[in-house]
Amino acid sequence: MSTQDARERLELLQGTLDLLILRTLIFGSQHGQGIARAIQQTSDEELLVEHGALYPALQRLEERGWISAKWGISTNNRKARFYTLTSAGRKQLVKETTKWNRLTAAIGRVLESEEG
Amino acid sequence: MFGRTRKASDFGAEIEAHLEMETDRLKEQGMSDEDARTEARRAFGNVTRVQERFYESSRWPGWEHFWQDLRYAARMLRQSPGFSAIAVLTIALGIGATTAIFSVVDATLLHPLPYPHPEQLVSVIDDLPGVGAQDVGMSVPEWHDFQRSGIFEYVAPSGGGDVNLTGSSQPTRILFAAVAPNYFALLGVQPELGRSFNPEDTTPGFTLEVLISDRLWKGAFASDPQILGKNIRLDNDLYQIIGVMPASFHDPGQTTAQRNTELWAAAGLAGPPAPDPLRASHFLAPVIARVKPGLTVTEAQSRLDALVASLQKEFPQDYPLQSAWRVRLVPLKQTVVGDVRQSLILLLGAVGLVLLIGCVNVANLLLARASARGREMAVRQALGAERRRLVWQLLTEGLLLSLVGAIVGLAILYCTKGFLLQIVPDSLPRLNEVTINWPVLLFALGATLFAGAIFGLAPALHAGGQDLTHMLKQEARNSTGSGEQARTRRVLVITEFALSLVLMIAAGLLLRSFADLMHAHLGYNPQSVMTVRTWLPIPNDPATDVYRTPALQAPFLREVLRRGRTLPGVEEIAVGDLAALPLGHSRTDLNPFSLVIEGRETDANQAPLVDGSIVTPEYFHLLRMTLLRGRLFAQADDENALPVVVINDAFAQTYWPGDNPVGKRIKIRVPGDRSTFAWNTIVGVIADARTESLAEPTVPQMFLSLYQRTAKDWAIFLRGRLDTAAIPAQLRAQVQSVNPELPVFGAQTLHDVVSASLSQRRFSMEIVALFALTALLLAGLGIYGVISYIVSERTHEIGIRLALGAKSRDIVRIVLRQGLGLAIAGAAVGLLGALIVSHLMAGVLYGVRPTDPLTFAGVALLLIGVALLACYIPARRAIRVDPLVALRYE
Repeated sequence: MSTQDARERLELLQGTLDLLILRTLIFGSQHGQGIARAIQQTSDEELLVEHGALYPALQRLEERGWISAKWGISTNNRKARFYTLTSAGRKQLVKETTKWNRLTAAIGRVLESEEG
Repeated sequence: MFGRTRKASDFGAEIEAHLEMETDRLKEQGMSDEDARTEARRAFGNVTRVQERFYESSRWPGWEHFWQDLRYAARMLRQSPGFSAIAVLTIALGIGATTAIFSVVDATLLHPLPYPHPEQLVSVIDDLPGVGAQDVGMSVPEWHDFQRSGIFEYVAPSGGGDVNLTGSSQPTRILFAAVAPNYFALLGVQPELGRSFNPEDTTPGFTLEVLISDRLWKGAFASDPQILGKNIRLDNDLYQIIGVMPASFHDPGQTTAQRNTELWAAAGLAGPPAPDPLRASHFLAPVIARVKPGLTVTEAQSRLDALVASLQKEFPQDYPLQSAWRVRLVPLKQTVVGDVRQSLILLLGAVGLVLLIGCVNVANLLLARASARGREMAVRQALGAERRRLVWQLLTEGLLLSLVGAIVGLAILYCTKGFLLQIVPDSLPRLNEVTINWPVLLFALGATLFAGAIFGLAPALHAGGQDLTHMLKQEARNSTGSGEQARTRRVLVITEFALSLVLMIAAGLLLRSFADLMHAHLGYNPQSVMTVRTWLPIPNDPATDVYRTPALQAPFLREVLRRGRTLPGVEEIAVGDLAALPLGHSRTDLNPFSLVIEGRETDANQAPLVDGSIVTPEYFHLLRMTLLRGRLFAQADDENALPVVVINDAFAQTYWPGDNPVGKRIKIRVPGDRSTFAWNTIVGVIADARTESLAEPTVPQMFLSLYQRTAKDWAIFLRGRLDTAAIPAQLRAQVQSVNPELPVFGAQTLHDVVSASLSQRRFSMEIVALFALTALLLAGLGIYGVISYIVSERTHEIGIRLALGAKSRDIVRIVLRQGLGLAIAGAAVGLLGALIVSHLMAGVLYGVRPTDPLTFAGVALLLIGVALLACYIPARRAIRVDPLVALRYE
């Protein structure tokens, strides 16, 4: 990431991108570019999503049956592939969110104890 | 799940659409078309790389992960070569040994006999349960009845033995079988060279045509291509070689001698030299048959039962009801394998236990390592690795270990194959069929997967089940492993101890059985005794037999004795038949004589059968047998005197309990031979001697004088300070100077004969003992590992204790108590297991009860002792802990 702007942003931890995608899709179906935008915007531009990494992740989630996809037309009349959360994906989202919360809490506690 | 329906072009179109939309968005923000396009591409990253990832992921993810795991596992193994070497060697030992034993089991027990349609082949066995006689042999008319019965395709008796092959530079003795002409048609085997016998041949005596084995052809005839039609002399009769059997062919005999038959002669067995074909003349044994296609052995048996019943009605004279004549069909494989089945299953069980103990040990090592890798696992999980992936990865590591171990084990096995086969006693049936073939390799693969799963699973189950928070916290505190893991390791050690104890008790019981047999009171002294055999020919025409009566045989016998006595070192010399050679004969060499006791005359068919030996008077003294009553043979009991007999105590107790048998008279007949003999007077009773089997102390026996009866299979006994290397040749020269046609062979010390009779027992015992030692070693290592681990875990605590003034003695006691607890728990479980196993082993034990308290207690104590020793090393290390270092340990 060559620009100043990019370097200041946080790189995503491996495995967390899936969680973010699922979370974004909870508001309705969206295409890849829209998902990338949404993640960046809702994180107040703090998280760096490499657009290229998004597509293999979408492919993976689709194969697992957590999201489904079909081609459609975007708001500014472009052909785009739209992704929708499936019910399995919804369940997975709940699971992953819980896990994430526990993990951050745990890591937080560890860091605190290390400092203290 | 793994299928991919989406095309790469579709994926490419999606990326293209993304770039277009991103460019649109950037242009809306006021960028120029060119800048917006560049920025969209920059934000996307490497398009080619993303497309590559799409291609890669379209491969089956299972394989992808597997390869990843495998590469990772290989890296892990390389990283800790010491650990890997120990684990691989343990597995190599376990799998190599298990595969070796299985290859023997496979060849002997699992493989069908190497003949076409082996399931149709049966042994036909005549029993007279009414008089307690088994396998008495079949008579010629019965054979013909069965042949015509429609139950069998063929019925073929055969009779084995030694025969003198002459015509070559040195008369040799070869193993031959006189078989019915349909023998090879029955087995379905064709000779490699020449032709087989005509199965329809009905010549009553020998057909004078013989087939020879591949070994005899290559050995005695130097692979002569002109062998067919060649004449050879067998016991002075001329025969013609009509074929050579393939190298792979072995006679389906019960004994090693039968299996190594070198020559087959066809005989109708219904005329000279065989006895008259009388219905009651039961002399054909063994008899094999091929059941008609479509009939099962059970169906054949029930039809045969009906036939036997009708024959009994038709010939009541020959088959008195009291003798309860019946004919059994036993699958041929069962008779060939005989009683080794039990020993082999014992060995397979033992080696399986060793493998299991090895697995438990490696599982323990892996667990110890897993606890050291706890941080790695926790971090990987925190970063989103699925539990399933971690479990699979640890399983893959386990499988890789066991696979490498198996390859090493099989390689060692393959290299030492020749040597290993030499240790196996010759008497093992079908030894020649033992190979490392596909089923054996498949078995090895199964064992490998099983082993890998066992020790991969232990750490794998732990890897997934941890509470991450707890784990990471623990890591922060720099401790090793979880409490649950430590518990598992303790359970594993207890298992290991229990399994080792079972194996050691099995070995202990076998060892005691063997020791009891070795120290059994023989009733004769085999030290400084040597035996050499010779064989007097049996010509097909009895009239041409120069030794056909005792009177014709006596001068030759006296001359052999006289000349033998002159040999250097010889102090005593005696001659007996093969049955007189203690423990050196097989069942077929015995002479079961039927008896008629004076005053209790019974029908010939109900007469008791007693094994008899034919010996010269010097025999008893030479073997140092004890006379209990009366006298032994004297020189005066010769061919002109009244026939006398010496019996053993078991015989006396059976027929004259509480009475003195000396002076009583008995008639001795060859079973079925109707010609009556004179009364024989019992002149003496000797103490029982274990000449039939070391395990059977009392078998009724009697001894007849070689001056009063003929024998063909001679054993010459020599006692003195003998030069065992030179004596055979010297004796041969002396015997052949009397009759140059006689072979002199089979020289061995009686001591060797006695110890050879224990070869199979010794083999099982040695192997099981070896396995037990391995198990003990592994169990020791296992407990050492666990205690070391506990000590290192408690270094901090020990440091505090030491700082507070604890004595090193107390620390040692604490550590030892931990080990002792594990060992005792293991021993308790093991004792229960051993009780079950030892009862299953009862059949192979001798002189020791399956619950022998001495063995049980001794082995348990030994195991606990080893455990304490293994714990003492980490305990010593614990007391050398410097309290300051220990306290700073965190």
